[in-house]
Amino acid sequence: MIEYLVRFLVGGVMVSAFSMLGDILRPKSFAGLFGAAPSVALATLGIAVYEHGANYAAQQSWAMTAGAIALAVYSVVVCQLLIRARLRAAPATLLSLVVWLIVAFGLLTLAGGQS
Amino acid sequence: MSAINFSPSSLKEGRWYEYLVRFALGGAATVFTGLISSRYGASVGGLFLALPAIFCASATLIEKHEIRRKQEDGLDGRRRGEEAAALDAAGAALGALGMLAFAIVFSLMVECRSRAPSSARRSHGWSSRSRVVACAARCGQSGGGRSQPKQRPRGFHEAAEKQAMHQAAVEAFAFNQAPGS
Repeated sequence: MIEYLVRFLVGGVMVSAFSMLGDILRPKSFAGLFGAAPSVALATLGIAVYEHGANYAAQQSWAMTAGAIALAVYSVVVCQLLIRARLRAAPATLLSLVVWLIVAFGLLTLAGGQS
Repeated sequence: MSAINFSPSSLKEGRWYEYLVRFALGGAATVFTGLISSRYGASVGGLFLALPAIFCASATLIEKHEIRRKQEDGLDGRRRGEEAAALDAAGAALGALGMLAFAIVFSLMVECRSRAPSSARRSHGWSSRSRVVACAARCGQSGGGRSQPKQRPRGFHEAAEKQAMHQAAVEAFAFNQAPGS
């Protein structure tokens, strides 16, 4: 229980810090870099190294590469939906989550990492 | 291409509950990743380290801020909001490549670090085992030497040899039983 409380607090602080940094930076496209900052990863991998050891964290970060590629594809799809399909931000970002899931799990399956 | 600069005043545009939502969402995403990892393993859990849950919230907030700003000037601002969110998404696509680099470098660094101490431990374990042999040899030499200044009681060398070997074996066993060896 305490582990999950620590996760919540550390994750919350990391995400808030990166998003505030994104808020104060201009231009917007540069600030958008912080939308994909590894804030959750920093919090989670730190705890993973402490609790489960280096090998576990290495396995997690290796799988994270598939998630990061999927995030790049997801961001491009969101951008296209907002500009071409003229969707609002909330539906565009939520609909594109399907793309993220397909690409991420597709890459993980291709790499044989679901063992 | 415009220069990168800071605009701290943009923090005032946000409402207090928006920051609270971000904090809660970030915490929830981290807890969710932990739950996924413990339920489905490190690989699937690792995948969710790049979940764009935070991006959904930040893009929505950016759009809302732009619409609010334009509406204060008496304009609709909807199109402007969508464009601002699209710019944020374009930046996030580049940021995802940075995240990819982070994941690769972190993975390689952690693997290198985990290999180095284990090889050191292996060599230490090897040295403690070899100490047993060396100690036994030394005891054997001292026992069989010609120029002994004093005459030891009978069975002294055997007892000393046994004790030294036992001590070294205990040390080696204790080290090998230590976690991570």
